[in-house]
Amino acid sequence: MRKNQEEINEIQNIEIELLLEALYRRYGYDFRDYSRAHVKRRILNRLASSQLKTISNLQGKMLYDKQYFESLIRDLSINVTEMFRDPAFYRLIRKEVIPVLKTYPFLKIWHAGCATGEEVYSFAIILKEEGLYNRTQIYATDFNRDVIETARRGIYSIENIKNYTAKYQKAGGKFSFSDYYLAKYDSAILNQSLKANIVFAEHNLVTDSVFAEVNMVVCRNVLIYFNRDLQNKVLKLFDDSLIKGGFLGLGTKETIMFSNIASKYTCINPKEKIFKKKIS
Amino acid sequence: MQYKAVVIGSSAGGLNALKSVLPLIPAGFPAAIFVVQHISPDSDNYMARFLNQRSKIHVKEADDKEKIEVGTAYIAPPNYHLLVEEDFTLSLSVDEKINYSRPSIDITFETAAYAYGSQLVGIVLTGANTDGAFGLLTIKNYGGYTIVQQPSEAESSIMPSEAIRLVKPHKILKLNDLVMKLLEPGFILPK
Repeated sequence: MRKNQEEINEIQNIEIELLLEALYRRYGYDFRDYSRAHVKRRILNRLASSQLKTISNLQGKMLYDKQYFESLIRDLSINVTEMFRDPAFYRLIRKEVIPVLKTYPFLKIWHAGCATGEEVYSFAIILKEEGLYNRTQIYATDFNRDVIETARRGIYSIENIKNYTAKYQKAGGKFSFSDYYLAKYDSAILNQSLKANIVFAEHNLVTDSVFAEVNMVVCRNVLIYFNRDLQNKVLKLFDDSLIKGGFLGLGTKETIMFSNIASKYTCINPKEKIFKKKIS
Repeated sequence: MQYKAVVIGSSAGGLNALKSVLPLIPAGFPAAIFVVQHISPDSDNYMARFLNQRSKIHVKEADDKEKIEVGTAYIAPPNYHLLVEEDFTLSLSVDEKINYSRPSIDITFETAAYAYGSQLVGIVLTGANTDGAFGLLTIKNYGGYTIVQQPSEAESSIMPSEAIRLVKPHKILKLNDLVMKLLEPGFILPK
């Protein structure tokens, strides 16, 4: 008997809840409070490109087959990033944040949800050019082991370099972007010196806790994938990590305005979403 | 069937088309409208402001996790996909481009279909690529109502032609008639 699409939709919503529950209980990855539209779309795409008939079948396969679970995790994670994404953000960092950071003898910066690392290295370049890199410890974290490995390697496709060069300049770059990489075949290998003070580590914003006290948290275009409750929870985690007077840099469409920590911060720039934790 | 939401996708020539459609929608229109217009990733929210100034309904750029209100047109921001949640809030995403586009029409159409099912109207307007056709098919499969702009009237006929080929929509209409259809008594569920 052919069910109508609305009935199927209702069944699929139940199946998705069960799948996310199973994924969490079997493997510890918690997508239950991710944007449901995002999760559903990814799961339905995976289903459509598989031989499986239903999400329930997919759940069974995921529970028993570790490799299948890993491909599902790749489907659900968000790994789109680029160097100097939103150049205005980096210009503002130079203008408003760096002068304050310069007043500290030693700095810690946390890039949370760093994916393949392009934005971490962008930030590292800014710190170098501003003479701060040598006294900075950068933590770059993501829950996805594969992307952390890519980030650690710091080797990117040469195809993107033209775009990155333009963005580097728009972001207020002081030298030539080609100073920072070595072109080899179709790859751009970032300079080893950029990595010296970066620690790459697995950390899951949803299930793990604070691990350091930091002067700045950068977490761009990650919170939009979460529902309001989870956004609130993760912002609390950032707040617990930040020293008083520390900075929080979010994506251009993200805000702390509707969260419980809003009153503890001032907004440095409403467009680029850089917030400063109040001293008192 | 009475519909609760309208989703519009447009690309090349779309701003002109939207300028002929949105200002004709009366204040208090009892449905929410989602608009995905392909736009340069570096542009600001000019389009939303421009259309808002000319419209009787509220036109704004969509915010992440914003609650959907009727009588409002939400524009997908440049360089973000717009997703409709089933709890009737909005989400943004920076996922890969789809059909070379971010925002992509397909992703908004698909997620709006999940959320509104058979109570959704999908409209494909002028454009020079094929984004939106697959999403419109999803809307039709979920029981929604599908309209495509008459290709001969469109500034660029590729997108409407592809949507017509793939979907066989309920109606193929000129912009004026398309607005008349939306305003037909009983077509949209009264508030």
